Amino acid sequence: MALKFPIYMDNHATTPLDKRVLEAMLPYFTQDFGNAASRTHAYGWHAEAAVEDSRETIADYIGAESGKEIVFTSGATESDNLAIKGVAEYYKGKGNHIITTTIEHKAVLDSCKRLEKEGYTVTYVNAGPDGLVNPADIEAAITDKTILVSVMLANNEVGTIQPIGEIGAITRKRGVLFHCDAVQGFGKTPFDVQRMNVDLASLTAHKIYGPKGVGALYVRRSKPRVRLVAQMDGGGHERGNRSGTLNVPGIVGFAKAVSIFKQEGVAEADRIRGLRDRLHGAINKELDSVFLNGHPEKRLPGNLNLSFSFVEGEGLMMAIKDVAVSSGSACTSASLEPSYVLRSMGLDEELAHSSIRFGLGRFNTEEEVDYVAELVIGKVKRLRELSPLYEMHQQGIDIKSIQWAAH
Amino acid sequence: MAYSDKLLDHYENPRNVGTLDKDDPSVGTGLVGAPACGDVMRLQIRVSPEGVIEDARFKTFGCGSAIASSSLATEWIKGKNIDEAASIKNSQIAEELSLPPVKIHCSVLAEDAIKSAIEDYKAKRAARLALDASPAEAPTAATAPASL
Repeated sequence: MALKFPIYMDNHATTPLDKRVLEAMLPYFTQDFGNAASRTHAYGWHAEAAVEDSRETIADYIGAESGKEIVFTSGATESDNLAIKGVAEYYKGKGNHIITTTIEHKAVLDSCKRLEKEGYTVTYVNAGPDGLVNPADIEAAITDKTILVSVMLANNEVGTIQPIGEIGAITRKRGVLFHCDAVQGFGKTPFDVQRMNVDLASLTAHKIYGPKGVGALYVRRSKPRVRLVAQMDGGGHERGNRSGTLNVPGIVGFAKAVSIFKQEGVAEADRIRGLRDRLHGAINKELDSVFLNGHPEKRLPGNLNLSFSFVEGEGLMMAIKDVAVSSGSACTSASLEPSYVLRSMGLDEELAHSSIRFGLGRFNTEEEVDYVAELVIGKVKRLRELSPLYEMHQQGIDIKSIQWAAH
Repeated sequence: MAYSDKLLDHYENPRNVGTLDKDDPSVGTGLVGAPACGDVMRLQIRVSPEGVIEDARFKTFGCGSAIASSSLATEWIKGKNIDEAASIKNSQIAEELSLPPVKIHCSVLAEDAIKSAIEDYKAKRAARLALDASPAEAPTAATAPASL
C-alpha cells in the first residue's frame, strides 16, 4: 500500500474519525435532527433516546453506576473547567484548598490559577523524573481545608499512566473529592471510576477516533454524591449541570467510538504497543544519545517521547516534515519556553529542547513505522553533523562544563 | 509556521558547514547561545594578513531559522574585510530570510556570532603582536587551552 504523506503520528493531539463512527453519526444530522430537549414530537423523542443510549454506553465503559452520572459537554477543556470550578464554588463553605500536579493539562492548571485569584489555595505536586506522581506526595499535601484533588489518568506529553487507584484510595479515606482528567488514558489503559474511587472524570471523543467538540464529565451520584455549581446558565440541560442544546450527532459518535474500544481496545493496545516498540528499537539500534522521557513501562501504548541529544526539536521536525509529530522544544510555542511537563520532571533544558513526541494510533501501520524510523535516523545523523554540541561530545568535551551566556 | 523559500533553501542546503582549526592564528572562533536556550552557533573565520575573510564555517544547534541564519551569515562574510563583516546587522539577516517575529532572536544570534568570531581573531592577533614585541618570551603561547 502506498504511504500517504505526511504520516500522522500525533494521536495525542487528536485522532482521525473512525469511519464506523461517522456512519453512526450521519442520520442524526439530516433525519433524526431533533432537539433532545423537545418533548412535544417524535423528532425530539428520537434524539433524546439516542442521547440516553449513548449516556449508558459511556457510563458502562468507565464503570459508572448509571447514565445519569454523565454530563455531556463541548469537550475536555469544558469538563475540566466545570469539574474544578464547579466543585470549588459548591464546596467553598467546606474548604478552599485544591491539590493538583505540575504536569496536568492547561485546562486544569489554568482553572486552578483562576481559582487562586479568587482566594483559593492550590498545591501543585511535582511528578518524579519518570513522569509519575507519587501518591504519598498527594496525601502529604492534604489539609483539613482540602476539597478537591485533580490528577490526570495519563500525561499527554510523556504518556505516563498515573496511579489513579492509589490516589483514589487516599482521597476516599480522607474524605476529599477526586477529579481525574482521563482524556489521554481513557480507552487505552484500564479506567474504572468505582474501582479507582474517582468522583469526577473528564472525557473527550476526539482522542478516541470520535468527533471533535463533544466530551463528558462523569459526576458521581452516590457515596459520595458530588454537587457542582453550573458554569453555563440557560435552559438547565444535563440536570442543571450544563445548559446548552445537546450535540446529538457528536454524542452518538462519542458512544460509537467507546463501543469500538469496548470490542477492540485490548487487542488494539497490544498492536499499537508493538508498533511503538518497533519504532523505538529501530531508532535505538542506529543512534546513540537518545533518551526516553517518562517511565518505560507505565506509559500509554502509543506514546514514544524521545530526546535526541545535540539536535533541536523544531529543527528536527522541519527535517522530518513527512511525519506529523510534536516537540517539547520552545521553538514550537509562542512563549519560547520548552515544555513545562519535561521541565517539571527535572529534565535538562537542552534535552527538553531536543524532544519529539511520537503518538501512534489505530491507523498507523508497520510500513509507516519503518519509513519514519529510517527518516528520523537519517535526519538526526545529518543534523548532528551540523551540531557544534555533537562535535564537542565526540571530542569528549562535557557541554555542561562550558560557561554559556544565556540569552 | 510558513517559512520563506530562501530560509528553507539555507536549511536544506546549508552553506559552509564545518570546522576550522581553532588553534590556527589566522582563525577566529565565535561560540554564542546556550544549549538550555535551544540554540548554539559556532562561526569560524579564516582571515588573510590583509584582513579579508577568506573562509567561513559554521555549526549550529537550533531550529531551522537558526541554522539558516548562520548559513547565510557565513555566505555574506566570505570575501569581506573584517570591518565590513562586523557591520552586518541582524535586521538584514532577518529581512533576507523573512524571519517571523518569534524567530528574530536567531538573526541576533548570527550577528553576535560574526562579531564574536572577529573579536576572537583580533584578540589572538593582538596577543601574537605583543608576543613578537617581547622576544625574550618562549613562543609556546599557542598551547594554552581554548575554551572550545
